Amino acid sequence: MSITLYVPGDAAARALGADEVAAAIEKRAQEFGIKVHVVRNGSRGLFWLEPLVEVLTSRGRVAYGSVQAADVGSLFAANFLEGGEHPLRLGNIEAHPYLSRQQRVTLRRVGVIDPRSLSDYLAQGGGLGLAQARQLSPAAIVQAVTDSGLRGRGGAAFPTGIKWRTVLDTGADEKYIVCNADEGDSGTYSDRLLMEGDPYCLLEGMAIAGLAVGAKRGYLYVRSEYPDAIALLNAALDNAGDWLGDFQIEVRRAAGAYVCGEETALLESIEGRRGIVRSKPPLPAIAGLFGKPTVINNVITFASVPDILARGAAFYRDLGVGRSRGTLPFQLAGNLKFGGLVEVPFGSTLRELLYDYGGGSRSGRPLRAVQVGGPLGAYLPESQFDTVLDYEAFAAIGAVLGHGGIVAFDDTVDMAKQARYAMQFCAHESCGKCTPCRIGSTRGVEVIDRIRAGQREQIPLLRELCDTLTDGSLCAMGGMTPYPVLSALNHFAEDFE
Amino acid sequence: MIATLDTIFTRHREQAGALLPILHDIQDALGYVPEEAVPLIAGQLNLSRAEVHGVISYYPHFRQTREAGHVVHLCCAEACQANGSEALAAHAAATLQGAKVTVKPVYCLGLCASGPAMQIDETRLVARVTTEKFDALMNELGARA
Repeated sequence: MSITLYVPGDAAARALGADEVAAAIEKRAQEFGIKVHVVRNGSRGLFWLEPLVEVLTSRGRVAYGSVQAADVGSLFAANFLEGGEHPLRLGNIEAHPYLSRQQRVTLRRVGVIDPRSLSDYLAQGGGLGLAQARQLSPAAIVQAVTDSGLRGRGGAAFPTGIKWRTVLDTGADEKYIVCNADEGDSGTYSDRLLMEGDPYCLLEGMAIAGLAVGAKRGYLYVRSEYPDAIALLNAALDNAGDWLGDFQIEVRRAAGAYVCGEETALLESIEGRRGIVRSKPPLPAIAGLFGKPTVINNVITFASVPDILARGAAFYRDLGVGRSRGTLPFQLAGNLKFGGLVEVPFGSTLRELLYDYGGGSRSGRPLRAVQVGGPLGAYLPESQFDTVLDYEAFAAIGAVLGHGGIVAFDDTVDMAKQARYAMQFCAHESCGKCTPCRIGSTRGVEVIDRIRAGQREQIPLLRELCDTLTDGSLCAMGGMTPYPVLSALNHFAEDFE
Repeated sequence: MIATLDTIFTRHREQAGALLPILHDIQDALGYVPEEAVPLIAGQLNLSRAEVHGVISYYPHFRQTREAGHVVHLCCAEACQANGSEALAAHAAATLQGAKVTVKPVYCLGLCASGPAMQIDETRLVARVTTEKFDALMNELGARA
């Protein structure tokens, strides 16, 4: 009998020493002649506790947090393989208030299962959605997704069912399913967590989309900065056997261009060209990859689908508020004490996430600004922390919920500098196709530099420039760069003086 | 190089939109995409040399020269900024002058709850990097000036 241990193989845990911990445990166990089976699971998303080691005991899984290789000796001395007492012992991690208060749906298996094992996935409720979908007509699958109220989790929040319906209704000899896993926004990592912790869930969602619209081929476009996710997805595909039926998925590695997270630039990139944005129309649903009707969705969108099929659209629709149905895996990042993944239904407030979960700033100073929705999202001041987490409520205050990434800054932040950074980032990452984005971003950096040098009369010019970017850009890169810029200017005007 | 390219071309013969996968394989095998490979890739894919060059130069990941020494990517995106990545970058610039390491910015490594983050030689990730941790890692690489 060997003892099963879980040491996350997630990139964030590895960046904090998980590989060294796993090696130290195996070495020490061998010295003692104890057989151990170390599972490299995903991360449960409580990053301040990584590397989080769990031991499977007769009384369930017992966790030890923030374990370093140097702690392994004392853990063995404390008999941790039987759940022994130790200063790092946390007990059952699922009872931890950070997790027990959440409502994990889409990411419920992440950190729990062995991500490389299809049988583990199937044993934990995976695969039921695909089995259900195989019993349904394509139109019935699309209807279930429509009824669930699921909206695109990549940030644009477009109703998934409507997109799928368009592809289903477009006649073509070939159709494609494309997963946008080019998660380039700072402050977002839920796609990465899912791909590294529960890749089969994503593959299942894509296969269901294939059945729904009549596509036999899928592409998974993953950013090159995520080598671990790429390796895990390929391993999962290799181990999938014929589980996906005749649906073929190919993993494509991106090459460092942020704008390829824009769906049409992404399609160009898969086709082997520079990732330059296409004019719309035609929509990708009509003429997408290789000119064929294409469903293109984000990782979390696809990963939400298996449960919708398995548990029914009503189960998902009954979570959330207003037109924001279901759950969103929020990602707490930046200057927070307890940064991590918080999956909850729409409807709680930003303040709850920042303080009840995040524990306030890591630096101990007051939180001053919070950017929600990535580099193209607005900065919110303290007075807006009570905004309800709901797509429409955020739109109403000139902000975006986006992909649910939340980056907190303390009171040492210089918001004029952050506004400049937003323009600079746009200049750096612009694909160059449209003038407002390509030229406007560079002019924006210059105008902000002049304002910061004391030329306040340039502020109206900055606002005009933002109008041009908003109204004249081809895609969200230029079109949304004004969100961080104008929100900084409007809410933190004192930093521009 | 020719033999390497032939193997790679064979592997991707049936693939639609094979240019990026081919470039990745070449860079993985050789460490960069040599100038001499461009006309061969173009011929293989029935593209112009300009089109291939255009793709290589568009994507920050691809390079046309071999990296000399170690490369450290420091994350400079917002979540790491909120945890002092700028001070870390300044520290790196000040302590690594003339050293056998190139420091480059990267915009997000996906370790946003554990910043500042960095990546060494595109393989090893390190999170919650302090100046002490940075110095120790640079010493390990033998890269201190």
